[in-house]
Parts: sequence; structure tokens; C-alpha cells
Amino acid sequence: MLVVALGITWRYLGSYMAGVFEGRVRYLAWAERPFYRVLGTSPEQEQTWKRYAGSLVIFSAVFLGFGYLLLRVQGSLPLNPQHMGQVTPALSLNTITSFVTNTNWQNYAGETTMSYFSQIGVLTVQQFVSAAVGIAVAIALVRGFSRRNSSTIGNFWVDTTRCLLYILLPISFIAGIILVGEGAVMTLAGPVTVHDALNGVTQTIPRGPAGFMGSIMQLGTNGGGFFNANLAHPLENPTAITNLLYIWLTLSIPFALTYTFGKMVGSIRHGAALLAAMAIIFGVWVGFTVYAEHTNNPAVAAAGVHSTVGNTEGKEVRFGDTSSALFNISMTHTSDGAVDSATDSYTPMGGFGPLSGMMLGEVTPGGVGSGLYTILVYAVIAVFIGGLMIGRTPEYLGKKIQAREVKLAGVAALVMPVTVVVLTAVAASLHAGRAGPLNSGPHGFTEILYALTSQGNNNGSAMAGLSGNTAFYNVVGAIAMLLGRFAIIIPALALAGTLAAKQTVPAGLGTFRTDNGMFVGLTIGVIIIVGGLTFFPALSLGPIVEQLSHGKFW
Amino acid sequence: MTATAAPAPAAPETPTPRGVAQSRSLFDREILAQSLRDSFFKLDPRVQIKNPVMFVVAVGTVVTFIEAVAKPTFFSWAITVWLFLTVIFANFAEAMAEGRGKAQADTLRRMRSETEARRLLPDGGEQRCPASELSKGDLVVCEAGDVIPSDGDIIEGIASVDESAITGESAPVIRESGGDRSAVTGGTRVLSDRLVVRITAERGQTFLDRMIGLVEGANRQKTPNELALTILLAVLTIVFIPVVVSLDPFGHFSAIVSGAKGTGTVDVVILVALLVCLIPTTIGALLSAIGIAGMDRLVQRNVLAMSGRAVEAAGDVQTLLLDKTGTITLGNRMASKFIPVGGHSEQELASAAQLASLADETPEGRSIVVLAKERFAIRERQLEGSHEFVAFTAQTRMSGLDLDGRRIRKGAAEAVKRWVAEQGGTPPDELDGVVETVSKAGSTPLVVADGRTVLGVIELKDVVKQGIREKFDQMRQMGIRTVMITGDNPLTAAAIAQEAGVDDYLAEATPEAKMALIKAEQEGGKLVAMTGDGTNDAPALAQADVGVAMNTGTTAAKEAGNMVDLDSNPTKLIDVVEIGKQLLITRGALTTFSIANDVAKYFAIIPALFAATYPQLNTLNVMKLHSPTSAVLSAVIFNALVIIALVPLALRGVRFRAAGASAILRRNVWIYGIGGLIVPFIFIKLIDLVLVALHAY
Amino acid sequence: MVTHIRRSIISILIITAVFGFIYMLAGTGISQLAFRHQANGSITPNGSTLIGQDWSATKCPGHPQGSCVFHGRPDATGPYAAVVCSSNARNCTPSSGGDNPLVANNVSGSSGATNLGPRSQTLLNNTRQLVSYWRSLGVEHPTPDLVTTSGSGLDPDITPQDAIVQIPMVAAATGVAPSELQTLIREQTHSAQFGFLGSPDINVLQLNEALARLK
Repeated sequence: MLVVALGITWRYLGSYMAGVFEGRVRYLAWAERPFYRVLGTSPEQEQTWKRYAGSLVIFSAVFLGFGYLLLRVQGSLPLNPQHMGQVTPALSLNTITSFVTNTNWQNYAGETTMSYFSQIGVLTVQQFVSAAVGIAVAIALVRGFSRRNSSTIGNFWVDTTRCLLYILLPISFIAGIILVGEGAVMTLAGPVTVHDALNGVTQTIPRGPAGFMGSIMQLGTNGGGFFNANLAHPLENPTAITNLLYIWLTLSIPFALTYTFGKMVGSIRHGAALLAAMAIIFGVWVGFTVYAEHTNNPAVAAAGVHSTVGNTEGKEVRFGDTSSALFNISMTHTSDGAVDSATDSYTPMGGFGPLSGMMLGEVTPGGVGSGLYTILVYAVIAVFIGGLMIGRTPEYLGKKIQAREVKLAGVAALVMPVTVVVLTAVAASLHAGRAGPLNSGPHGFTEILYALTSQGNNNGSAMAGLSGNTAFYNVVGAIAMLLGRFAIIIPALALAGTLAAKQTVPAGLGTFRTDNGMFVGLTIGVIIIVGGLTFFPALSLGPIVEQLSHGKFW
Repeated sequence: MTATAAPAPAAPETPTPRGVAQSRSLFDREILAQSLRDSFFKLDPRVQIKNPVMFVVAVGTVVTFIEAVAKPTFFSWAITVWLFLTVIFANFAEAMAEGRGKAQADTLRRMRSETEARRLLPDGGEQRCPASELSKGDLVVCEAGDVIPSDGDIIEGIASVDESAITGESAPVIRESGGDRSAVTGGTRVLSDRLVVRITAERGQTFLDRMIGLVEGANRQKTPNELALTILLAVLTIVFIPVVVSLDPFGHFSAIVSGAKGTGTVDVVILVALLVCLIPTTIGALLSAIGIAGMDRLVQRNVLAMSGRAVEAAGDVQTLLLDKTGTITLGNRMASKFIPVGGHSEQELASAAQLASLADETPEGRSIVVLAKERFAIRERQLEGSHEFVAFTAQTRMSGLDLDGRRIRKGAAEAVKRWVAEQGGTPPDELDGVVETVSKAGSTPLVVADGRTVLGVIELKDVVKQGIREKFDQMRQMGIRTVMITGDNPLTAAAIAQEAGVDDYLAEATPEAKMALIKAEQEGGKLVAMTGDGTNDAPALAQADVGVAMNTGTTAAKEAGNMVDLDSNPTKLIDVVEIGKQLLITRGALTTFSIANDVAKYFAIIPALFAATYPQLNTLNVMKLHSPTSAVLSAVIFNALVIIALVPLALRGVRFRAAGASAILRRNVWIYGIGGLIVPFIFIKLIDLVLVALHAY
Repeated sequence: MVTHIRRSIISILIITAVFGFIYMLAGTGISQLAFRHQANGSITPNGSTLIGQDWSATKCPGHPQGSCVFHGRPDATGPYAAVVCSSNARNCTPSSGGDNPLVANNVSGSSGATNLGPRSQTLLNNTRQLVSYWRSLGVEHPTPDLVTTSGSGLDPDITPQDAIVQIPMVAAATGVAPSELQTLIREQTHSAQFGFLGSPDINVLQLNEALARLK
């Protein structure tokens, strides 16, 4: 059912998004126009890649500063029924960076740290904005391919606004209503205290506007939930249906953007090729992880409890192993990072699935926008190597891939692995970093590696045993997130600029086909090889050795 | 320097004439020796830094050397030596590629330096000076036996010239003032007569100078594609440095969390070994050799590319403009059929046609005689009685024979018709139809008349070269559009185009039309290649992305193009495209191979790296290598040896088969991608077995 | 640059208003109108059906504490608290509030899992202790769900099998015949949504309410 739903979304949402960004869908123009007028811009005022990137960076920076301030003074702001205090500087820095970069790494427990004002006015807003920014970048890069001899790649303000208005707002609003209908909590009334006469238990249950936050957090592949337990929390993810809806929301835009890409460059086949590369890796990883989670948890098995239903530690009964594993892979292969089960307690190979998924650069299908622009970076590299092998200066969609393109794609592909590996090494060397993991043995290393991989990839998924709310991890994480976001966006936009300025070479029989199985295979190869070769040593010290340690416990 | 009119001295000793193309074995002993020496000279850090991948290996070697001196073990010394060899092997590959060019350049250089010129002074006197002192505009005299001192145009005289020094072709060619055959090249030798040549090349800019520079690769610059690949390789190198360096803190930390004995320190030597194994050394070592060898392969086929860029562009060409004559057709039209009109018999026509052609020594004329003999056994007759041959002129456009009052003519349809009419005859009505049919078929009609009577038409067929159709089919598979350029009328052109299997044609081509066609193709984003020889081809040659000038062509043409074909064979354009493709394919294939190799190396080294902390990682030792150190050493040895093993491939180039892009890609992915995954597993295991057998372990 | 900053500030204000407050207020409004029960946390007289509770402290006269009701998944408080806190004190208080989402029985905590790794010695010890705990209550073969904690620590559900293994314990303490308990469990089992989403499960609160009615 998920596949069918995604298939429909791919076709129609993809086409709709192309219409939105090409300015053909205009039913909300009445809302757009006054906004542009206030900003002093218009859809006709196109920007060069440098201005586009400049707008984006400053917009994000101003938002970062503004959000930081709000978090720091949250105690003095309204909508705070639980009287939450100020958020500490390091945590504020980490949190706002996390939300601006679409990471949604959470070093805090939502229900005990954030006021409603912060959840709504800072975090939810960023879940909209960071998603729109990511999609805008992807669209700008697509324009790089679809245009010829053009010096501009679109208007950042217009792209972002259209994305917010036409795509994110309507879908998340409707999905929010469905979520609440299924049982997600949606109130501003504060916690409620209940008493059960049957067992004498008194509970104070935290509440908040979780349902509508949940819809945008998933649609925008943000993943930062209202509660600490994220989407394992029954009040945010109450049923198997909502679980599935969350998965669909997360995967819909990233997959559909490949259609948008195909449509905008005038070849749906090209979009389908990228979709195939994404879907194949995604499918293999889902299968692998589901299989791994259907095996016994080694510790539980060693205690004499043998399971026929797989590893239940850290999983909710209403989802079960298969759904949980599917959910987890969906969230780590996008930049979402939400969890409906505790990744930390997955079997070694079950944890390998999400971790390695992020290490592949989150392109299968990746975050909203970021998945597309990152896979295009990999595709450029694949095209370069593949094109050489047929004896042509490689070209992708008629754009010659030359030194400058390879340089930009190389930088964009290089940033993430280097950031993750270097920062993990720093964390593993310093006392402050070594103090983080909850578990010992290779799993302790995995926790650190997972945290920095997640933040370096703007994912936000965590092996939550790591005590991340320390000055060290807050700051290191913020660095990882900023690099993982902007150090890829800027080369991607530069790539858009240089491609847009190029002449388009018509395709012929001698052209390296970039819309067939071979290309899909090659792209998958590049993704797996780049990710695999860089992270194999680190993985071998984490989940791999843990898997191989039969009968050993730490 | 005194002006003398002294007789020419004995011709200077010139080296044995031999073209640059004189082929040498790939592994000529002399070149091998020289390359080995050069491998060590190239250790200069200033040379090494140009190749980021090999520079990292060199730095790594220094690190392991220091480590080996500090803590000498068999292992650390063995690794140091093999890393050093890796660098040497890379240098050797480059030196080998350069070797052949260097040897050829030496020969050419000797030729240049020993030439003496006889410069004409304004007062008519003559002055002797070394060829190197000539400057543009000087006039020189060359007589039989002289070596032409520099490039120039003949302004006076006609002579046969031996160009074998440049082209390797021993048959002399005729050079004369005016027209398209007036260019002479420095270093060639006048065999007969006397020439006055105006020097057209600046000092040090002669064709010979450029040729020396080219074959030697002296000012070789990285081509755009090579540059792009170098960047990609640099990226792949940079990414592995933190990956490897971080393993030390990872190792420490793992030792702490796992509670294993020891500190988890990773041996620096192993780290360097791992780094060298992971970075793309194979392609890094062979990259420049591949580029040089590509140029060299062109030289072997007697084509001089003025830049590596042009060679790469050749691989990208999507449109080939080919001159019909000489490239697509044999160049000579042959009589293929006699078509009688007006009730005359075919034999009658044949007989008259044969008579009219007896004195016609052109290939067309000979072919008529031959056809008449074949069809009706009409032998060449000894003409008796009074006869007079009428030669072809541009005005009459006819030729023929007056014999015993008979006046037989053959020629262009219009001309013959007018001639018949002048004598009061009336060409039969059907003639026009026949003429048109023949034209439509791509052949040339010659009308034959005997006095007032038109006998019929000879069909002169343009003979398409054998095998050319298949060649064009291959081109089409490779995605290259072929366009035939011809001066023929559209009808004829269409028919020949059809027969030869070209994709398109440009009929009644003028230089302007040719230029317009190139521009139109380029507007559409296509790369265009063409050949040309005449001065009026020069603009088009310059405009085309790949312009191959014929060596027989004018100086202007040669300067406009970015390649010169010494054999002046227009078909060579197809070879040039293939060489360009082969160059790129070789790079791509070895890059893929290099990266694919990493997988096996990981499986060899990772278990070894953390053996102390996590013995259970030995499960990854799928090759069952003898010990951690033997595993690392085997991987490093494999890494070094594979460079040497691939030198011949790099120099010869990956075998190229004309096929569609998809087929080529599939084949190369299988061989170099999948092969690159599997091969190292086998060889690392073998090397490990050998090490154990040698009791190194 | 100045333009960028000006535009950024203006858009931040507008976007925060529209996509933060208006979106959320409208959402809350509609939810409260259309799905008041769900939007307020599915609260019933005995607590939220979506939040698991600690059944281990239920007083069962004449029988061991907690043996007269069906239990949900364990968590970090109640009888299970000692288990988690015993080996890792640092992680005991703040995370895994378990059945007590925010403040329960005067212990502050937030939702979350134990986050113990698959080769954690602590997890091994905890599980062993939980197995002994169940055996002490008369459950000989506790199912995996009953000895492992959930992702939120608030899991309100168990599987039918989880309930069935508790029958001997509940039957002994309540005197209700095992076959009646079987029937009860069958009645309380929610089949998979739409027949294929998730797997059949039982809401522990509703099961115990039904059990109480039966008694």
C-alpha cells in the first residue's frame, strides 16, 4: 500500500511541484504577491547563483540568530504553562542550528525543556522553513540542468515562498487533521493529571500541539518531535495507521522530487532513473534491516528468552518489528531522523542499516531537496567516470561535465565524510567526548559515530544512549550540522550556476545514456563505493565487530 | 657573415631519412634503459607535487622510512621499499610514455640544427647562415640536394621534394609556386630543380620546432579532461587522509571501551600502507602516461596534434565533415555502362567512345577504354590514316578524335548537344531523360556524338570505397553523424550519399557553405571535425573543433587546423576519433579499476589493523591471509605491481571497438569494474602465499 | 547584503506568524472542534488509553502485589526501576519515565527508551532479573515483550500472546477461570488495522477494565 501511495505521489505531487516552481500553479498568487511586494522582489527578478546563495545564507543566519534569542528568553515569553526556564546557551546553539539545518537533532527532551512558544514559534517554523530552503536549492540545481546559456537560476525568495505556500502548508495541514483524528494530541492546554482507580496510579500526562507539528516535521523530513520519545510516543504516533502516514509523509516529497526533476529537464526517464537508484538502495536496506530485527536481541536471548517475533527491546507493540524497521530506514535514508523505536537497542546489523543509510549521504531518497541535490552530485561523479569509459567528455542532460563541475561535485561529496570522520575522531580522543556513550564495547563507539554521522548528514536520528546535552557535544554537533548543510548547499548552487551557463549538447547514440539501467547501476555504485570506502573502517569498529562478537557482552 | 655567391657546399649530413612515425617497439631496449634512469630523476619533489596522488605516496614513503630507521623491523623496511617502488613504478610509466617521443625528437632536432640556409639578399646576392637564424619574410634558395631550412611558400620554381623526413613516405612529391601545392616544410629535401622560398615561420616556430615540442611533450599541459580527472583523484585522495588518520583515535577509543589489553595504538607503517592502498594510485600513477601515449599513438599514425585538447575533442566529435573525393570515393570516376540512344546499338556507342578516349590519359578516359574491351572485346586500335586528337579544354568541355573525316566527341551533355546543334544535328528527345537518370543515380553522364549524330551516353560512376559503408555504420553506432562534402550537384550528391551510407551531405559546397554548416552544428552544441587542405579551407578548419589539415596542403590550412595528417589521407579522421575515444576510455577504465581494487585491500588490511583489540575481526580476513603483517605487505606489493602490470595497457590504450555507448560501457564496467573487484582478491592471496613460501613469514 | 538582511528580517516575522502561530492555532482549533477527545490525549476516567501504566503496584489482597491484573510492558519505574537503575545510575532518573510520562508517583521523568545496546551486559542482567520477577509472579515463560522495554517507555499495548502467558497468574489471584480469561483476551484483541497494518494487539488499560467488570 505504501508503494502504491508513493507511486501516486511520485507522479502527481512530482508534477504539481514542477508546476509550482515553473510558476504555472498560481491559485495562491493573491497571497504571494503582497509578500513579494513587502520584500521588494518578484518572480521576474531572477538571481545569479551567487546572489541566490547569498540570500539563502543570510536568511538562514538571521533565522539562526533570531531563534537562538527566543530560546534563550523562553522563560519570559507567553504560552508556557509548565513554566519552563531558559534553554542553556550551548543547548540553544545546538537546537537552533539543528532546526535551521533541517537536522532536528534533539539534545533536549521536548516535554520537559521547551515551552509551547518555543515549540511553535521557533521549532515548527523552522520545520517549514528549512524544508522549503532545501527544496529551493534542489530546484535551483535542476534549473542548472534545464536551462542553457543562462546566468540566473531562479529567485530564492520566490522559490522558498512557493514551496511553503503551495506544497508544505496544505499537505501538512490535512495530514495534521488525520493524525489528530487517529489520536495524536493537539491542544495548548498543558499537562493533565489522571488517576486510575484500578491500580492506584496517578499520572501527569504532558500534552501539546503534537499532531500538527508531527505532520510538518515528517513532510519536511525534519524529524524533531514534540516529545522526547519522538514518534515512539503514543500521543504523537498513536496507531499503525499514523505510523504509515508518517512514513508516507517523509518519503513523498523526496521521491516525488525526482519526477519534478524529470519534468523540469524534459525527460521523465531521467527522473525515473534517479528514482530507481534511490528505491533500489532503499529497498535493499529495508529488507536487510527488517531481517536483522527479526533475529533475537543477543542480550535478551542470552537471558533465556527466545523470541519468535524478533528484537522487541525498544519497540512499540502497536508497530511491531517490521514496521519499526521500515520506519527507521525511511527516516535515516531521508534526512528525517524521527524514530518510532530505540535505534540504540537494535541488533548490531539492525543498527548498521540506519547508520550506513546516513553514511551513504542520505540520497535514498534523502531529505526534501537535499536528497535530490545530493544525488545529483553523485550522479555527476557517476556520469564523469561512466562517460570516460565510453570515450566521451562526459555529459549529463547535455551538460558537459568538466573540471569545474567535477571540482564542485567533489567538494560537495567530500564534505560529509570528512566532517563525520574528523569530528568522530575528535570525540573519541577527548575526555568530554569519551564520556558520552551509555553503552560500552563497540556499541559505545557506534553511539558516537552515529551521533556525528547523523548531525553531519543533517539527519537527527540518534542512538539516544549518548548523553548529547553537554557543552562538547552541543558545540561539535552544531559544527557538524552547519558543515553538513551549507558546505554542500553552496557548491551545489555553484554547480547550478555553472551548469545553467553552459550550452546543451544534444544526445546521440554515442552519448552516455543517463536514463537507463546501466546508469542507475553506476550511480548506485558510486554512492555505495564513496560511502562504503570512507566508512568501512569506522563501521568495522562499531556494528561489524559487534555483530562478530558472539557470546561477548560489555 | 659575408655575402658570397659560392657554390653550394656538399649537402650537410642529414640523419637517415625517417619519418617521425617510424615506429619503434613499445619496449625498445634503449627506451627502457632511459626510462629507468628517468624514473629516479623524477623523484624531485617539484616534479612529484604535480601529481597529488603520487605525492602522497612519496610523503608516505618518507614517513615509513623514518619509522623504519627508528624501529627497524623486516615489516617496516619491506613496506618502505615497496612504497618507494610504487613511486618509482609510476615515474617509470611516465618515462616510458615519454621515451618514444624523446627519441624521435632527438632525431628531428639533429636534422634542424645541422641545416644551413642560403638567404637571398635584396641586392640579389646570397648569404649562408644557419637555418635557425632565418626569420619570417626572408627569401632562401634551395637547389637539388639542399635541405629546405624552414617552412615557407614557394614563390618561384617547381621541384620534386623528398618529404620522407617528416612523413616517412619515400616517394618524392612535386612542389610548385602558386596554388595549393606551394608550401614546403623545413627539414625536407629538394631532389631536383631550384626553388625560391619565402619563409613563413617565425624563428623557433617552424613546423619542425612544433613537432619536436609535440612529440617530446615538453610543454605538455593538462588537457581539460585530464584536469577534471586529476581533481576527482585529488578528492579521492583527500577523503582518505582523514579516514586513515582517524583510525588511530578510533583504535585508542576502541581499546578503552572494549576493555581489551593494550592501548589500541595503530602502527604508523600500517596506516601509511592503508592510505597508499586506498588512494587511487593505479590511475594516479598511469594518468600522465596515458595522455602522452595517446598523443604518441596519433604520431604513430602520422598525425600530429597541436594540443592534447584536440585529441580529447576528437573523442567527443559528433559530426564528421568528410570530403567526398578521396575519403568516401576513390576519387576517380569509372565508366560503368554504355547507354545508346536514337536506335544506335550499344556496340556502336562503345566503339565510338573507345576511339574518343584513346588519347585520353585521365583515369576516366582509361576506364572507358577498359570498359569497351570488357564488354565488347574492342581492342585498342592502332590508328591509321589521318587523325587528330582533340584535347579537353575548360571552354569546350569536350574531347575526342577527328579520324578520316569522322568527328567523334565525348563530353558534358550540354556541351555536346550544343556542338551537335551547331552542325545542324538534332539530339534525340530521349537523351535528356537518359542524362537525368544517370545524374540521379549519382553518376556523371558523358554524351558521345559522331558528327551530327548523338550515339548515346557513357555512365561514369563515382566508385565508393570498399568498406566505407561499414565504417559509417560504426560511426553511427558511436553516435557520430557523417556529412559528405562535395562540389557535385545535389542529385549526384544524394545518390552517392545513399550508396556510401553517410547521414547527410552538403552538395555544391563552397567554403562559405562549409563554414555555415560547421557553425550551425556548433550552435546546436555539437563538436565538429573536418579535414581540409586548401587555403580556402582555412577558416573552416579553424572553426571546427577538430581540424585535420593535410600535410600536402597550404601553410594557411596547416596553421588553421589543430592537427596535421602527414600522410594526407582524409580517411584518417576516423582513426583520429577512435584514438581520442580510446584515450578517454583508458582513463575511465583504469579509474574504475583503481577504485574497485580498494574493496579487496580493505578486507586484507582492516582485520590486521585492529587484530590486538578485536581478534574477532579476523572473520573479515576472507582471503585467509597468513598474518596481519603479511596481509598488509601483500596488499602493498599488489598495489605496486599492478602499476607495472598495467603500463602496457596504459601505453597501448584499452582496446577500442566501435559500438554503441551502452555496449562499450557494459563491457568496460564488467572488465574493469567487476574485474577490478575480483582480481586483487586473487593476487593478494597469491602474493601472500609467495611471501610465506619464501619464508618471509 | 543589506537587501538580503532586510528581506530576511521581514520574512522571518511574517513566516513565524503564518507558519508558526496561525498554522498551529488553526490546527488546534479544528482539532478541538472535530476530534476533541483525541486532541486532548484520549483521556478516559482511568487515564489515557494511549499511555501505559504501572500495574505492578496494584494491591491484590491475599496475593502478590500486581498479580491480579494484566501487566503492560515493563519500564524504568515501579518494580522495574531497580533493574535499570542498578547498573547505571546516571540514566535512571531522567529517561524512561516509563508508565509515568511526566510526573507520576512524584517521580519526574520524560518519555524514552533504555537505549541499552544489543550486547549490553546491563541489558542482559536486567532481562535476567525481569525473568525472575515474572517467575515470582507465576509467569513461567514471559514473552519477549514482557521482559523488554518499549521505545517510549509508555507502550499502552501488549500482544495477545503477552496476555495469554499471564493467564495462570491472573487466574490464581482473581479466581476467574482461565477459559473466561481466554475469552476476555479474545474479545479485547484489536485486529490489525484494515486487516494488515501492524499486528493484533490489546490495550492493557481496557483489558483490565474489562477484567474488573468481570470480577
